[in-house]
Amino acid sequence: MNLSILILVPLITAVAVLLTRTRQQVRWVSLIGAAIQIILSLLLFVYYRNEVAAGNTAQMLFQQNYEWFPALHIGFHLGVDGISVALIMLTAFVVIAGILVSWNIEKMTKEFYFLLLLLSVGAYGFFMSLDLFMLFFFLEIAVIPKYLLIGIWGSGNKEYSANKLALMLMGGSALVLVGLLGLYFTNPERTFDLLKLSTTHIPHNIQMICFPLLFIGFGVFSGLFPFHTWVPDGHSSAPTAGSMFLAGISMKLGGYGCLRVAVYLLPEGAKEYANLIIVLSVIGILYGAFVTMMQKDLKYINAYSSVSHCGFVLLGIGMLTKTAITGAVIQMVSHGLMTALFFAVIGMIYQRTHTRMIDEMGGLLKKLPFIITVLFIVGFCSLGLPGLSGFVAEMTIFMGSWQHPDMLHRIVTILACMSIVVTAVYILRAISKVAMGPMKATYSHLKDAAWNEKLAAVILLFGIIAIGVAPFWLNDLVRPGAEIIMQKITGG
Amino acid sequence: MLNNTYLMLIPLLPLAGFVLLGLFGRKYFKNSSGIIGTILLLASALLAIYTAYQYFFQVGKVNGFYQKIIPFQYTWLQFSEGVSINMGALIDPISVMMLVVITFVSLMVHIYSLGYMKGEERFSTYYSFLGLFTFSMLGLVMSSNIFQIYIFWELVGISSFLLIGFYYEKPSAVAACKKAFIVTRFADLGFLIGILILSFYSGTLDFNTLIERLTSPDSSQFQAAIASSFLGMSALTWGMVLVFMGGAGKSAMLPLHIWLPDAMEGPTPVSALIHAATMVVAGVYLVARLFPVFALSAPEALTLVAYVGAITALFAAVIACTQTDIKRVLAFSTISQIGYMMFALGVAGYGGEAGLGFTASMFHLFTHAMFKALLFLGAGSVIHFIHSNEMKDMGGLRKYLPVTHITFLVACLAISGIPPFAGFFSKEEILFAASQHNQAVYWIGLITSGLTAFYMFRLYFSIFWNKAPSTLERARGEAGEGGFVMILPLILLAIGAAFAGFIPFGNFVTSDGKSFEPVSHWQFSVLPVALGLIGIFIAWRMYKKENNLPDKISASFGGFYKAAYNKFYFDELYLFITKKIVFNLIGRPAAWFDRNVVNGLVNATGNTTEKVSTKIKGIQSGKVQQYGLYFLVATITMAVLFIYWWK
Repeated sequence: MNLSILILVPLITAVAVLLTRTRQQVRWVSLIGAAIQIILSLLLFVYYRNEVAAGNTAQMLFQQNYEWFPALHIGFHLGVDGISVALIMLTAFVVIAGILVSWNIEKMTKEFYFLLLLLSVGAYGFFMSLDLFMLFFFLEIAVIPKYLLIGIWGSGNKEYSANKLALMLMGGSALVLVGLLGLYFTNPERTFDLLKLSTTHIPHNIQMICFPLLFIGFGVFSGLFPFHTWVPDGHSSAPTAGSMFLAGISMKLGGYGCLRVAVYLLPEGAKEYANLIIVLSVIGILYGAFVTMMQKDLKYINAYSSVSHCGFVLLGIGMLTKTAITGAVIQMVSHGLMTALFFAVIGMIYQRTHTRMIDEMGGLLKKLPFIITVLFIVGFCSLGLPGLSGFVAEMTIFMGSWQHPDMLHRIVTILACMSIVVTAVYILRAISKVAMGPMKATYSHLKDAAWNEKLAAVILLFGIIAIGVAPFWLNDLVRPGAEIIMQKITGG
Repeated sequence: MLNNTYLMLIPLLPLAGFVLLGLFGRKYFKNSSGIIGTILLLASALLAIYTAYQYFFQVGKVNGFYQKIIPFQYTWLQFSEGVSINMGALIDPISVMMLVVITFVSLMVHIYSLGYMKGEERFSTYYSFLGLFTFSMLGLVMSSNIFQIYIFWELVGISSFLLIGFYYEKPSAVAACKKAFIVTRFADLGFLIGILILSFYSGTLDFNTLIERLTSPDSSQFQAAIASSFLGMSALTWGMVLVFMGGAGKSAMLPLHIWLPDAMEGPTPVSALIHAATMVVAGVYLVARLFPVFALSAPEALTLVAYVGAITALFAAVIACTQTDIKRVLAFSTISQIGYMMFALGVAGYGGEAGLGFTASMFHLFTHAMFKALLFLGAGSVIHFIHSNEMKDMGGLRKYLPVTHITFLVACLAISGIPPFAGFFSKEEILFAASQHNQAVYWIGLITSGLTAFYMFRLYFSIFWNKAPSTLERARGEAGEGGFVMILPLILLAIGAAFAGFIPFGNFVTSDGKSFEPVSHWQFSVLPVALGLIGIFIAWRMYKKENNLPDKISASFGGFYKAAYNKFYFDELYLFITKKIVFNLIGRPAAWFDRNVVNGLVNATGNTTEKVSTKIKGIQSGKVQQYGLYFLVATITMAVLFIYWWK
């Protein structure tokens, strides 16, 4: 399969959107583009499985390598393994759902859809890049539109949030850039190629300097404690689709970067800093959960809970076992789908009630059975109910973490396990206030979900349930990739 | 051979009901949902009975031992070599027995609800939730893998949450469903860590392999698990204690019992199914499932099971004597009876006659399912008739609800252990097993048995005898017992409650799979039965007719009565912990810290940068004269420095 198509399709769609005239055309063009994306991502999955089943054991499949800037050894190098395929599918699912829930956006529709599509270009490119310079390039493409999305279409204190988000993510990118340049200049071949770098031995002292730069840099994207404060403000001010992209995809860029670049290329650094990582991420998990417990705004609730859930991604990575890393990737996919759906539902509720404060709502189940049922399911996914994706991811991480018999890892794992109780508390608190109890009289005229909202929810639910009920396909997809990373760690 | 398709259909039929009614019930099956759910469950129940027949009488026994058969198993999630979650079925005497109990009681509840829930707005949702619960519970008992049981464990938890909160507009129901889920979730945390410990040492999640490895003293896994210790207990014991914590939460053992009385906010048939007969005994089932490990490798943990069970049995019985809401009396009675099953396991040994406690516990689980489901459904009929849960609104109902009256009496006699009703046989076996192993537990059990008879007949006399309240006159014209669908389950369960005791349980369910004939000791039975009769007599004196004896007696107990009436203030204690400690001492400071310290630092960084740049931005003014001045000053300074330093 030609991987460039996955970058070209959203890019062409974005350009096509600019050429359209009416709002109607804008959204249908975007929707068709997104539908092609989802079909391509599923095809990629099928082709990938077929290749692997046919005995292709190469680390990266479907590689394409063109020279881009030969003087500096920068190439246009694409390739995927199971981890990338999983995250590409996630992106396609979130993109189409995001386009569907933004169906009735009134202000500057064309520009809005253009930016959304541009973001997806960045995400696909990032997940497929095997050249670090290109990877950085796509990372930036995925950041800048968010500034505009929040600044223009946002709500509340949007200028502040947009500035904060852009500055913090830029700060993270700056660290990443320094780390990448460090790798580039200390390596005798002067290459940015990920696969070449992975076979050369990087000296210990370089690893010790570059690893924290890269890990913290990408960690900022993933809401690493204590660099997480852009998450709540950014999400709460962003428009619905913006929050969905932000939490569903952007936070995964960070996790993927930590894993693919920092840990994979710098295994010695990873081992040295692993204890620090797991301590920070478990603080993120529990602290995020406790802070969520006190929130009153639905978007803040989901934003802080994202900090907590993304803590699991970093925890899994920091545990440095095959099972835990697999779990971290499953958690990325699971959290991406779940949180996108959660924000979508929050958007739907807000559109109808004009409030996001849980204390001001009540008894919505009566009037909005579809939306609230989805809210229940997504809440259950968040609290780790079996049959939905969150459970699979968390349990895989716990099982992988428990493989370390020393006291620190044990304590960290037990603390992380404790979050299942706190999560249950905050999810049930939020859901019960919104959905249950006596209904407000003013809500008697509310209408349940429209077709576009239903379709968006069903698409994301499909992913959540497909992972939750039959996790083996995702596990089989991700595991070999995790194994290669582990070989590097244990062998290096 | 067992038929795999049939076995799979037993849980899948209720699941199909859940999916079908959940997705399309509201639109297409508004009125037929109940019938659809009931038919699916009937099919499932027939298959379960067929399976039980096949297992117990045809294929189960090989060389005198009932086998643990795994007819099918699929890898669901692979963690590492040998460690994976497998979805499969483990067919052995206890799982087969549970299949029959669950499908039978669930079928009764399905039928009963046709009448009880008629006209309910969310009728089809109700049946779809019942299907989900039945599926999860069946999956739980069939589990062949310890993680599989955890998965279904969580699923029954969520079904229980959904059904307790069925009347979601009632704030008390909302509070109750949250409480039930969170308290059991807390217990499940222990269960989860227990699973992690056990799987780490045994290198497997499969029940049979795990039990085999952790009970044979020669295996390297067993030795590793015994060798490593933490705070004076071996890792294996820790694992078992934590797993038991999960079981204690689901089975409402002290001090994790607080959710069960509140769970009575759910519809009454749900209380009969979930909070009396099936889900709450999951903890007992879990201990029974891992019984060889408890008995052979972690005796300390088993002793803990015995004491927790015994203390809970007595404690809940005392509270039951003081409650006035009839469903709460039954709830505490359930807690107390599950305590019986727990301590019966706790006093059992592995294999042969020593395993009497195991057989007795499972026997009591079986008979209890019959009579307690009957009691709840009977209470449902009463509530349906009176529209109140309070004892003071009842009295003299035997004239209006004759079938309910008779069947309720049968259930009360059964639970009080009066021969020849079912509870007599199972309770005698439990007490006998206890007397053989642990005198303290035996005496606690004996006292509880007297109390049980007292509070059950207090309930019985207050509802069906005593003086009818004045409000009853209005209800007289209405149809009494809700028609055939509400009477049939009462009669069928009453037959079970009356005669289930004659099943020779020792032939079928034993700790090691080998049948034995429990020896009967009629002399031994004299004391418990006498205590039961005394309890009934006191209740008769106090509650048969209206008088001032109850008030006098409760006054003579003074503070103790008040404490028991307030359930020994456990709710207040938990409220204090959650509100004052978790919310105010952890949550609030964390939220404050995040908004002010972490966020404050970020803002401070931003503001400082901005201020500094505002201050220095004048330097880049774009005015050529100014730059010329800078140039001149710099040149002179450098020239001066140059001249001085050159020397």
